[in-house]
Amino acid sequence: MNSEAPALELRGIDKRFGAVHANRAVSLAAAAGSIHGLVGENGAGKSTLMNIVYGFHAADAGEILVRGRRVDLRRPHDAIAAGIGMVHQHFMLVPNFTALENIVLGVEDGWRLAGGLARARTELERIERDYGLAVPLDTLAEDLPVGLQQRVEILKALYRGADILILDEPTAVLTPGEAGQLFQMLGRLRDQGKTVILVTHKLREIMAVTDRVTVMRQGAVVAELATAETSVHELAERMVGRAVLLQVEKGPARPGATLLAVRDLAVRDRLGVLRVKGVSFEVRAGEIVGIAGVAGNGQSELLEALAGLIRPDAGEISLGTTRSSQNPRERRRAGLAHVPEDRLRMGVIASFPAQDNAILGYQDRPAYNRGPFMRAGAIQADCERKMADWDVRPPQPGLPITAFSGGNQQKLVLAREVDSGPRVLLVGQPTRGVDIGAIEFIHRRLVALRDAGKALLLVSVELDEILGLADRILVMASGEIVGELPRTEATEERLGLMMAGIGKAEGERRRAETPGHPIA
Amino acid sequence: MSAGRNSRSLRWVEPILLPVVNLLLALLLSGLIIWLIGDNPWQALQLLVAGAFGSQEAIGYTLYYATNFIFTGLAVAVAFHAGLFNIGAEGQAYIGGLGVGLVCLGAGSLPFWVVLPLALLAAAVFGAAWAFIPAWLQAKRGSHIVITTIMFNFIASALMTWLLVNILIKPGQQSPETREFTPGTWLPSAHDLLAKVGIPLAPSPLNLAFGLALGASALVWLFIWHTRWGFALRAAGQSAAAARYAGIAPAAMTVVAMLISGALAGGLGLNALMGAEHRILLDFPGGAGIVGIAVALMGRNRPIGIFLAAVLFGALYQGGSELSFDMPHVNRDMVVVIQGLVILFCGALENVFKPRLAFIWER
Amino acid sequence: METYTLIILLLAATIRVATPLVLAALGGLFSERSGVIALGLEGMMLGGAFASATVSAVTGSAWLGLGAGIAAAMGLALLIAVACVTFRGNQVVAAMAINIMVAGICPTLGLAWFDLGGQTPQLENPGQRFTELVWPGAHAARALPFPGLLYSELISGHSLIVYLAAALVPASAWVLYRTRFGLRLRAVGENPQAVDTAGVSVNGLRYQAVLISGLLCGVAGTYLSTAASSGFARDMTAGKGYLALAALIFGKWRPYPTLGACLLFAFTDALASRLEGVALPLVGVIPVQFIVALPYILTVLLLAGFVGSAIAPKAIGVPYAKEK
Repeated sequence: MNSEAPALELRGIDKRFGAVHANRAVSLAAAAGSIHGLVGENGAGKSTLMNIVYGFHAADAGEILVRGRRVDLRRPHDAIAAGIGMVHQHFMLVPNFTALENIVLGVEDGWRLAGGLARARTELERIERDYGLAVPLDTLAEDLPVGLQQRVEILKALYRGADILILDEPTAVLTPGEAGQLFQMLGRLRDQGKTVILVTHKLREIMAVTDRVTVMRQGAVVAELATAETSVHELAERMVGRAVLLQVEKGPARPGATLLAVRDLAVRDRLGVLRVKGVSFEVRAGEIVGIAGVAGNGQSELLEALAGLIRPDAGEISLGTTRSSQNPRERRRAGLAHVPEDRLRMGVIASFPAQDNAILGYQDRPAYNRGPFMRAGAIQADCERKMADWDVRPPQPGLPITAFSGGNQQKLVLAREVDSGPRVLLVGQPTRGVDIGAIEFIHRRLVALRDAGKALLLVSVELDEILGLADRILVMASGEIVGELPRTEATEERLGLMMAGIGKAEGERRRAETPGHPIA
Repeated sequence: MSAGRNSRSLRWVEPILLPVVNLLLALLLSGLIIWLIGDNPWQALQLLVAGAFGSQEAIGYTLYYATNFIFTGLAVAVAFHAGLFNIGAEGQAYIGGLGVGLVCLGAGSLPFWVVLPLALLAAAVFGAAWAFIPAWLQAKRGSHIVITTIMFNFIASALMTWLLVNILIKPGQQSPETREFTPGTWLPSAHDLLAKVGIPLAPSPLNLAFGLALGASALVWLFIWHTRWGFALRAAGQSAAAARYAGIAPAAMTVVAMLISGALAGGLGLNALMGAEHRILLDFPGGAGIVGIAVALMGRNRPIGIFLAAVLFGALYQGGSELSFDMPHVNRDMVVVIQGLVILFCGALENVFKPRLAFIWER
Repeated sequence: METYTLIILLLAATIRVATPLVLAALGGLFSERSGVIALGLEGMMLGGAFASATVSAVTGSAWLGLGAGIAAAMGLALLIAVACVTFRGNQVVAAMAINIMVAGICPTLGLAWFDLGGQTPQLENPGQRFTELVWPGAHAARALPFPGLLYSELISGHSLIVYLAAALVPASAWVLYRTRFGLRLRAVGENPQAVDTAGVSVNGLRYQAVLISGLLCGVAGTYLSTAASSGFARDMTAGKGYLALAALIFGKWRPYPTLGACLLFAFTDALASRLEGVALPLVGVIPVQFIVALPYILTVLLLAGFVGSAIAPKAIGVPYAKEK
C-alpha cells in the first residue's frame, strides 16, 4: 500500500430522506488497486451511499474526492466522467436489446447507430482481451445466463473508462461457482490497478476477497478494518452492535408421518417454459426440509405449484393422505399455509391496513363474517392478538401495512399463516428484507413450529439460512433435485458443487432414463 | 415512514379538502376560458348558482340530473375499486334504458308493483349485458377495457339509433322515439309523492328514482366495504398477484365488477325514461356516462362523495342550461370542459396536491 | 374492367381514410414505445382539427392552418407530458381528461368566435384547404386502361398530407431502429432505469416522444378538417384516435404492421361505405347505422384477437420514479 491519494475518498457524507437519516457523516477511503468491502444490514445506508457516489442522489453535506481531486457528482453522467462505474444488484439491462446495444446505450458515438456500433465492437474486443471478460455481443440480454448478464454490466462500466468499480450485492444471483469466477475476475481487475468496492451483506465473501472493509450501521461508519485482521464474527457484531447468534439453537428433529408428498412434479411458468422437471420428495411432521439453490432454478415455480397458484403440467401433490385440488383456497382448507417469497407483491396488499392483511386469504372464514357482512370488530381484535403474539410493532391494526418495517410485515404474514393451524407450512425467503433482530425471532419461531409437529418446507437463496434451519437439505438446479443431504453431512462446499452442476451428470443420466421427458 | 401524525391529518385532507381544492382550480380555469371568450366569469357563476338553486323547480331539476350522475358515478366507482376504468357507463346506461323501456312498453295492464321490479331487473340485466363483453375480453384476452368500452359506447349509439328509427318508432311519427308509456308504468314524480303527504312542491322531473339511487348508494357502500365479496373485489383491484395468492380469481372479479357497474349504470334508464320522459328517445343519457367519471373521481369512489359530486354536477348542468339563455356562448360544452378539468385534477394529478396540502395542513 | 375500376377507386378511398389513422398511429408509436400510454391521440387530433380550420378560415392559408394545428396538438401533448411524466399522474386518466376537455373547448370557442353552433366557417377558397394534388400527365393517363387508372386515381390525386403520411412510415422506422434517439427511446420504454443509470434523461426522452405524437396528431387533425372536409364540426374525430391506438396495438408497436392495421380499418370502412344502400344477396340492404358502427366493431374484434401484454413495451404506463 503506497502513500498516494486514495482512488476514492468520501468525507463527511450526510444525507436525509425526510425523517430518515440515511447517511451520517460517512467517511471512507479506498486505495487504488484494491478491493474494498462495504458491509451493513438492510437499511444501514450502504445503497444510499453508493447511489450518492454514482450521482443518483446529491448528498446534503460532505465531499467526494477521486484521486485526491474534489468532484461534483450531480448525475450519473458526472460519475461516469470521473471514472466511477456501478454494477447494480438488479441489472439495468434492456431485455430485448443485444449485449452490444446494452453496452453502448448512452454513449453511442454519433446520432447514426451503424458507425458507433462498429467502433464499439473493436473497442470491446480490446477490453475483453485485457481483462479476460468474454461476452457474446450479438445475443439478446434476456437470452444470456445470469452470470454473463453481470459481465455485460461490468463491461458497460469498463467501456466507459471506469477506474473505480462499485458492485452492489453481486453474488445474490450467482451459484457459489459463478461467484468464485467473479472474484477471480475482480482480482484481475485489481491487479491491473482498478479499484473495486464490494457492497454486500455476505460476510464470508468479504473475508474471502477484500483487502479492507468498512462496516456501517444505522447510517454511520462504525469500523474500518483490514480484512486480514478481522473475522466473520467481529464483522457481524459490528454490523448489529451486539453479539449475534449466527446459528439458531435447535435440538434434533423428530420426524413423524409424511404430511406433504410430491411425485414427479413438472411445472411450467406463466410463459410456458418448463421450470420444474420431475421433482419428487416428502416432508414429514416435525422436520424442516430446506430447498437450497440459486434463484431462478425452479424453486419459485415449485413453491407456487405447491401452494396451488400454478397448475402443474404433470405429477402429484398429496397433503396427508388426500390428493390435493388446485386452488389456494382449497389448499388452505386442507391444512397448508404459504408464506410467499415476494411479500410485497403477493403476501400483502400495500394499500390495505394491517388488519385486512392479517386475514388475507382467510377472509371467508366464519370467524370474520356474520351472514353477508364482515365483522370489523372481530377482525380488529384478531389482528391485535396476532400482533401481540408475534411482537409486531407498532401494534396498531388500522395502520396501512406499508407503515411497518419489512421485519414486522413478515412477522404479521407469518402470524396469519400460522394462526389457521396448518399442518404444512411453505416458507419462501422468510428473511428477505428483514433486519437481523427480526431474523432471529423468525428463525426461533420456525424451529418452534417444527418442534410442535408441523412439516415445514423452506426455500431460501441464503445458504446460511438453510444450513441454520433445515434438518434435511435438497439442492435444486435447473428445475431438478440434484442432491439431498442431511444437515449433519452438509457443508457449503458440497452444496455449492451440487448447485453448480456436479449434479448435472446425475441429471443427464436421469433424463436419459425417463423417456418422453421434455428436453429443457 | 412515520405514519401516526401523517395518517390522521391525511384522513382529513383526502376525502374533503382535495376535492374542494380540485374543484376550485377547475372553476378558476373555466372562468379563465369564459373570460377569454369575452364573457364575465363572475356573472356566469352567479347566473349558474341562481339557475341551479334559485327556485324549487330549479332544485328539482338539479336533483333530477344528480340522480343520473349518482347511478353512473356509482357504476364507475365500483369498476375503479376493481382496478378498472369503465368509460362505457354511457353506453351501458343507454342499453339499460332500452331494457326499462321495453318493460314499460310491454307492460300491458300489469300493476305498477309488478312493473317496477321488472323494470329494475331489466335495467340491471341490460346494462350488465352491455358491460359483459368488454369485461370478458379484458379478463380473458387482456384487451384494454378503456378502448373496448369506448367502442361499445359508439356501437350502442348506432344500435339505438337503428332501433329507434326502424323498429321501435311510434308508427306515423317523424321523430325517432317510441310511443309514450302508459301512465300506469310511470315512476311517481317527487311533487306527486310529496303532495300525497301534504307538502307542495313545484313540478320538475325529479322522481322516485332519486330514492332508488340513494338506496343503490347504500347497497354499494355495504357491498364494497362490509362484505367479503367487496373485500375480494378491492383486493383484486389493488394487486392481482396478492388476490390470486388469497384464493381470489382476478379475472372473475373483473367480470363481476363490470357486471355490477353496468347494472348500476342501467339505473339511469329508470330515472330518465320511467321517471321523466316516459318514452325511449335518442341519446337520453346525454353525456352522463362521462360525468360519472368525474363524479366518481371527485367523490374518491365513495358513495357519500359521489352523492355530493353528483349534486354539484347536477347544479352545473341545470345552472349551465339556464346560463346559456343569458350568455349564449356559455352552454353545456363549458360544463364538459369543467368535467375534463375535474377529471384531470382529481384523477390524474392527485400526487401533485396531496403532499402539498398535507404539508400546509401540518404547519 | 368494371371491377378493376371499382377496386382502384376502393383502394384510393382506403388511402384517404387511412391517412389520419396512420399519422395518429405513428404518433402513438413514439409515445408508447417510450412508455407513455397514447390514449390522448383523440383529443390531440380534435384540437389540431379545430385550430387548423379556425386559422385557415381566418387567414385564408391552409399552411398557416397546418402550423396552428400542429401547435395546438403539441400544446395538448405538452399538457399530457407534464401531467404524466413530470407529475407522474395516472396516464390513462390524464389522457381521458384531456380528450374530454378538448371535446368541450372546441365547440365553445367555435361558438364564441364564429357563432355557427360550434363549427368553423366553411373553407371555400382553394388556398384554405389541402386539396388533391394532380400529378403530371394524370388526366392523359386515363386513356390507358390498366396502368393509367392506377396512376390517375391511386397514385395521383391525393392531398399533400397523404403523401406525407406515406413517407413518414419508412421515416419512422428509420428513426426508431437506426438512430441513437430511436435506440434510447426504445430503451426507455423497456427499462427506464437502464437509461437513467447510463446518464440519459428519462423524462427528456419521454417529453420528446409525447411531443412527436402531438406533432403527428396535429397533422392528422389538419387533414381531417382542411383536406378531408372543409371545416371543423364538433366531435369530428369520432373515435379515430382510439382506432389508431387499436391499430398500433394490433401492429405490435412496429411501424409497418401498424400501417397494415390502419389500411385494414380503412379498407373495411371504404368497402362498407360503398355498399351503402346496395342490396346484398342474403342480408338485404345493410343499415347505415351498421356501416357507421363497423370500424368500432372491428376494433373490438382486433383487440379480442390480440393476446399481447407480453409484447407491449415493458415499462408502459408506469411513471418513472428514482428509487431511494
